[in-house]
Amino acid sequence: MKNFILFLVLLVSATPCFAQSQRRTISIVGSSTMYPFAALVGEYFTRTTGNLSPHIESTGSGSGFKRFCAGSGLQYPDITNASRLMTSEERATCLANGVTEIVKMKIGRDGIVLATSRTRPKLNLTLQDIYLALAMQVPDPENRQRLIANPYSRWQQINSALPNITIHVYGPPPTSGTRDAFDSLVMERGAMTFPLLRKMKKENPAEFKQVANRMREDGRWVNAGENDSFIVQKLKTNPDACGIFGFSFLKQNEENLQAASLNGFSPDPANIADGKYPVSRSLFLYVKKQNSSMVSGLPAYLKEFTSQRASGKRGYLAHRGMIPLSAREQQINRERVTSMQKK
Amino acid sequence: MAREKMSLLRPSTALRRRYRRDRLFLLAGRLAVLASFSTIGLIFLAILYTSLPAFTQSCIRLPVHFEETAFSDENIDRANYDLLVAQALARVIPGVTDPGEKADLLGMMSPGAAWQLQRMVDSNPKRIGTVEQLWLPANADIDMLRKGKFDRTTPERLRRLSRLQLKWYDQLNAEGRIKRHFNRVFFTASNSTEAELAGIYGAVKGSLLTMFITLVLSFPLGAGTAIYLQEFAPRNRLTTTINVTISNLAAVPPILYGLLGLAVFINLFHLPRATPLVAGMVLSLMTFPTIIMASRNALAAVPRSVCDAALALGASRMQSITHHILPAAMPGILTGTLLGLAQAFGECAPLLMLGMVAFVGNVPAGITDPATVLPMQIYLWADNPGQGFPEKTAAAIVIMMLFLVIVNTVVLWLRRKFENSHPHTS
Repeated sequence: MKNFILFLVLLVSATPCFAQSQRRTISIVGSSTMYPFAALVGEYFTRTTGNLSPHIESTGSGSGFKRFCAGSGLQYPDITNASRLMTSEERATCLANGVTEIVKMKIGRDGIVLATSRTRPKLNLTLQDIYLALAMQVPDPENRQRLIANPYSRWQQINSALPNITIHVYGPPPTSGTRDAFDSLVMERGAMTFPLLRKMKKENPAEFKQVANRMREDGRWVNAGENDSFIVQKLKTNPDACGIFGFSFLKQNEENLQAASLNGFSPDPANIADGKYPVSRSLFLYVKKQNSSMVSGLPAYLKEFTSQRASGKRGYLAHRGMIPLSAREQQINRERVTSMQKK
Repeated sequence: MAREKMSLLRPSTALRRRYRRDRLFLLAGRLAVLASFSTIGLIFLAILYTSLPAFTQSCIRLPVHFEETAFSDENIDRANYDLLVAQALARVIPGVTDPGEKADLLGMMSPGAAWQLQRMVDSNPKRIGTVEQLWLPANADIDMLRKGKFDRTTPERLRRLSRLQLKWYDQLNAEGRIKRHFNRVFFTASNSTEAELAGIYGAVKGSLLTMFITLVLSFPLGAGTAIYLQEFAPRNRLTTTINVTISNLAAVPPILYGLLGLAVFINLFHLPRATPLVAGMVLSLMTFPTIIMASRNALAAVPRSVCDAALALGASRMQSITHHILPAAMPGILTGTLLGLAQAFGECAPLLMLGMVAFVGNVPAGITDPATVLPMQIYLWADNPGQGFPEKTAAAIVIMMLFLVIVNTVVLWLRRKFENSHPHTS
């Protein structure tokens, strides 16, 4: 009994000593769109180099940056995956917390799709249609010069060419990079098709952002959490609903789901890569260079991520639905990783 | 109005009515039990049925030549092994020249096939230069096809397997080269992004390590606190407050313990995130009040006379407790502890805050390695849109239930054992 108590006392008093000076596993946080790619690279990295598997959390781009910028010690993540760029506020937080050496790497492209069940006809939407279907406030159809609360409940009311089904859309929450991209690439551009809102953007950008990015709150738009699979499940059970998520999730579920074409272009790898499909964004890795000497395997992980067999045109990431970069951009990434390894 | 004649031989209407109510109540009770049992049975059978395919894995038998030329390079990397697999496939299905078709052919195999060859060569370099017939894992789509879960009538554009891949499959199948094997990987590996390589062992070990920490911390502390409060502590306002606080702690939602763990253990003490150590510490905070309350009840149930007798024969307070009261109360204390542990075993919420919803591709080696636990693994797989993961999810649920059944059996067995050796309380 006495020994046991002694053991307990030791255990409790020894706990602060676990603060380490070396870590054997890479800690990765960030975008849920990037999570499956990061895990896949992690797996190849582990199996072929014999390093321990990285620890990868799917937190969303926003929370990822928050955790990443919280400090530069070993208890903070080494890499954050992002489906958008780091904002200047986030960069300021990073600097204030001593995270000074950040390496940004563009790793691929992703399209954002608006998908529906295959049992329904394919939607053919314009950005304006989507804005009108989802925004809290839209220009009055009677008098385009004033804003009213969104009156539409069926797609057909917006555009007579669209099917007569109810508007019901599951999408990502505001902390998600997918949502940020959706706001700026779809909602704002859709809003800009109205002269009233174009004028507003010039005169009062803050108010414009408010109008264009505020989603309706009457239940026709649902924030589905950082959980793209949940949206996929919902679409299987409710065929009238639409879901918004990354292209890779569509690719994994092509038997059941189809994507709406936007402005006449459907989201296939070629259209996304050359920017014809209007809603695509780049995917990034932000690496904390300060940690690369303390975390074994960090440069090797990046090497695997940028290798030909991973992010090349026929690489395993492309197979999973990531849109590969041009050969030149890939080459630049590889050179940067090599220069990181040398230091 | 004439009163009904009373007779002892014939039951009165009132009595008959009362008996009928009795019978109705009995019937209702039996129906309720039947309904709940059949619902549970149905759910369990459905899960078991869904999980069955996960326990086997389709493999393809290929003649692999470990040619020396492939290993001429000092740096043995994966490209070589992919090539070995591709060459072995080409021997079985000759005549594929188009690069796209070649990729499709190699795509029928799991990436695990190449990794398996790499492991074999690493463990025994003498293999280089030999030829072996090997069963190598097929990818998840072929696996689903072999298990009859693939719809060939889907238009090719939407199908996950092309017309050629189906043709090759039929050819291999006719030659007897495709077979379902017991899925050993599932019981020895950790999580993977490929369904055919994903295993439950990493999560099981994470759970066991976490439970070990929880047990080591909460059982002695909980039982000790209970003994002090029940046997030694004076009855005053302070101890009453402590008692009320403990009861309230048992009702605190688990997620709050997670927030506490994040703030104190991780942010203040800088313990490594997502490790069984931190998870166990947080869960022990959660099970601690349960153990105290169960132990106090068990101690209170031991007759005073036992203690008095020991004291009268000259035992000290401590001796009377450790020699007499504690053994008698042990079944109750252990039951409380194990039920608290079983609850912690299935707990997800506090661990969400500690970074355990994560991809962990290794089996954790110790309590300071990143790990995940069984309920988290179930959550992660349920969330995975890939082929084959619904079956894995169901299989993980079956494993989890199996563990809970084991814990409950141990509880029963311990109760029996202690009740037989210390019959004070029975």
